[in-house]
Amino acid sequence: MRLRRKRAKIRAFRKHFSLRPVSDRTGQIRPGQVLLFSTLRDEYVRLPYFLKYYRDLGIAHFLIVDNDSSDGGTEYLARQPDVSLWTTKASYKRSRFGVDWLNWLQARYGHGHWTLVVDPDEFLVYPFCDTRPIRALTDWLDSSAVKSFGAMLLDMYPKGRIDAVPYRAGQDPIEIAAWFDSGNYMVEKNRLYGNLWIQGGPRARVFFADRPKKAPALNKTPLVRWDRRYAYDSSTHMLLPRGLNLTYDEWGGEKASGILLHAKFLDTFATKAEEELSRGQHYAGSVEYKAYAAHVRDNPELWCKWSEKYINWRQLEILGLMSKGNWA
Amino acid sequence: MRQGQGAGNGSDMSLGIVMLVHTAFGRAEQVARHWAASGCPLVIHVDKSVPRKAHADFVEALSDLPDLRFAKRHRCEWGMWGLVAATQDASEVMLRAFPDVRHVYLASGSCLPLRPVQELIDYLAARPHADFIESATTADVPWTIGGLDEERFTLRFPFSWRKNRYLFDKYVALQRGVGFRRRIPNGIVPHMGSQWWCLTRQTLSAVLQDPERPVYDRYFSKVWIPDESYFQTLARQYSRQIESRSLTLSKFDYQGKPHIFYDDHLQLLRRSDCFVARKIWPYANRLYEAFLTDQASAMKRTEPNPGKIDRIFAKAVERRVRGRPGLLMQSRFPVEGRENRTTCAPYSVFEGFTELFENFEPWLARVTGMRVHGHLFAPARAEFADGQAVMAGALSDSAALRDYNKRAFLTSLIWNTRGERQCFQMGPGDEVEDIEWDIAKDPNAQISVISGAWAVPLFQSNANFADLRSEAARLQHVEAEHLKVLRSQWARARVRIWTMAEFVESPMEPLQSILDEIGHSNPRGLAEVPRMADLSGFGQFLQNLKNQGMHPYLMGDFRADTGVHEPPGNRGRPYLVR
Repeated sequence: MRLRRKRAKIRAFRKHFSLRPVSDRTGQIRPGQVLLFSTLRDEYVRLPYFLKYYRDLGIAHFLIVDNDSSDGGTEYLARQPDVSLWTTKASYKRSRFGVDWLNWLQARYGHGHWTLVVDPDEFLVYPFCDTRPIRALTDWLDSSAVKSFGAMLLDMYPKGRIDAVPYRAGQDPIEIAAWFDSGNYMVEKNRLYGNLWIQGGPRARVFFADRPKKAPALNKTPLVRWDRRYAYDSSTHMLLPRGLNLTYDEWGGEKASGILLHAKFLDTFATKAEEELSRGQHYAGSVEYKAYAAHVRDNPELWCKWSEKYINWRQLEILGLMSKGNWA
Repeated sequence: MRQGQGAGNGSDMSLGIVMLVHTAFGRAEQVARHWAASGCPLVIHVDKSVPRKAHADFVEALSDLPDLRFAKRHRCEWGMWGLVAATQDASEVMLRAFPDVRHVYLASGSCLPLRPVQELIDYLAARPHADFIESATTADVPWTIGGLDEERFTLRFPFSWRKNRYLFDKYVALQRGVGFRRRIPNGIVPHMGSQWWCLTRQTLSAVLQDPERPVYDRYFSKVWIPDESYFQTLARQYSRQIESRSLTLSKFDYQGKPHIFYDDHLQLLRRSDCFVARKIWPYANRLYEAFLTDQASAMKRTEPNPGKIDRIFAKAVERRVRGRPGLLMQSRFPVEGRENRTTCAPYSVFEGFTELFENFEPWLARVTGMRVHGHLFAPARAEFADGQAVMAGALSDSAALRDYNKRAFLTSLIWNTRGERQCFQMGPGDEVEDIEWDIAKDPNAQISVISGAWAVPLFQSNANFADLRSEAARLQHVEAEHLKVLRSQWARARVRIWTMAEFVESPMEPLQSILDEIGHSNPRGLAEVPRMADLSGFGQFLQNLKNQGMHPYLMGDFRADTGVHEPPGNRGRPYLVR
């Protein structure tokens, strides 16, 4: 495991040479601030709301790797006063889907900070997020001597065809993709890494009902009090050292956990799926995108009569998707 | 400030505040000024590990307050002696420097006065001899961390629990191993309680000026968490009147860390009627604003009653320690044996009933109002009630998804339908091998089995007899294994097993008792009963199997000549309650 971690660090070091700084405002970072790391490509339309959402939660600084966008998002990000931006034309796949780049940036700028690693279509919901800034959560985690916070990916989708309602820049995507599956998740323990492996949700139900093993993983540990020795091993699903993956209780209790609302299924999805498919830059030979592209062409509806409409974090807590733990 | 009520006794300085500060100096300063504004003299202790610069700035910021002293600094670490030493020194300064002080209140920088300070002064003035200090013997308190209750007074704890956990544990193990026990000096009885107290000058000075104090100090300096026992024990020696409760609202979680209050606790704190609360998140601006600057938000004068807050925090600890039974999710995934039930609610499993009765499922749904599924673990698909392809929680009927993780399937189904009892059918033809143990071990499961009823569909079918025979052998083998599971010593489900012959003999009683247990039955008995399959010739069918060398035994004894033990005239008619 130590070797795997070292390997990840070496990869991060090697791959960082392809990163070219566009606007480096990391001098603004102060001790104790919560930092957000993200890597993206052609997500301009999502950026205004993404930045607003996380600024409102109290994220102090955004560190973003732009993978060769061509839609104007690069220039937009470069103008933001609290964004430090790097750009690269290198292969997303060969940087292990951006993990290598972010591992490097996190080691460099995130040491000693709470770092949040999310994609532009992921929105973190944690207990009391409507009344308490993210700093309240991280302070509480610090006082509980907890170093990592788990948040399961919850796929959100619209009612009706995925492409029925167009998404406008600045709009809350959850207004459109307001629905989710509340109780069809399958949890297994990964004995090697100690993390939970969660599958299920609408993607398993619709796209992978006949081969569930291939259904995408939903477990994530996006919020970590970073140390330069840490490394994400595979996206944000697994962390090294392994102790950081123990974001769950094994003795019957519940640890505090959150949810990443995954607003992937908007009208932008079909074109994105086709494009990603042709690039072949995604996990496991883009098997996920192949399944989507096939389905999305003929029946792009994920909604069913048991779908649940999103209200707030308390609803997710009651449904048992996340937990307050002993935070009150 | 507040001349109206403060004019009379604002100058008598009867209440002194000892304040321990180690962080969030801005807030500490704010609170110090608040105390001072009501005429309370302060002695502040700043943790020695605070950087020189921060300390100097803090002292400078408060230099305009006349009745404020700083105490000698100690290094304060949780669970160690430093906190007590700091409190002792600061209290001595307080008693010496402010001779008018009658009550000394121990507070921290993250404490927040909820009610006007004058109310606290008046409250204490009305109880001039009362010492407010939570103090109970170790045998009587549930809050002990690390499994050490009495031992914290009989072993020595020179190592920090936070920094040197390894040495801490090893040294405890060593002392236990050699049977070491400390002698408790002068026969005092150790008491424990909240670290935050309010003592009278008499009691506090008696503790601090006791000629035996060096003995006590030496003893308590090696006790674990002395700040929760030093004053709590010694106050018992001298106090005239102990009120064993803390005036500071301070709740601790299961790890012994204080719960923290945030802006959204404002209403809760307002209704708590407590004088002081801790611990407040330093960035809880609304709380500080509401309680320190806005006197209009003052609470009504009532006896302190933190009950509402108690419940909320007790529930939070319960959630963390015990969780929600029957829920498997991203932050609750118990190891085997610690699930505290596999599922979250009772459910019923019927085996052999749909085979024996022609209309069992609709009948059961009608009689009980429960959700009655078909064979949830059937090979082709999960047969949800009403033939639905998706069930509550968007659970799919796909056999592949279900078989991928059957346990998740079952727990999800029961969890998703909380409040509505679920029933489903099971049988040897289903894919039960990975799930039967989970169900058998689940106290929520009520399992009713008519053994051998799988033979009825075979009997009714039109297949070749050789095929029937091999299928019968297979099903019987599977069911026999399954019954072993249900009868094993580890099974905790409510299991009832009848042979088919027994059941057919008198079907009403078992049905009635199953329904009684579910709690949905009509007190006047069953108004309507399910229709049993026509069994004429069934005995002969079994005999034929026997003649082919197969031995059907799970269904009990059926005579070959008639089907059932009943007059032939009754054939085909439903049973009626007599």
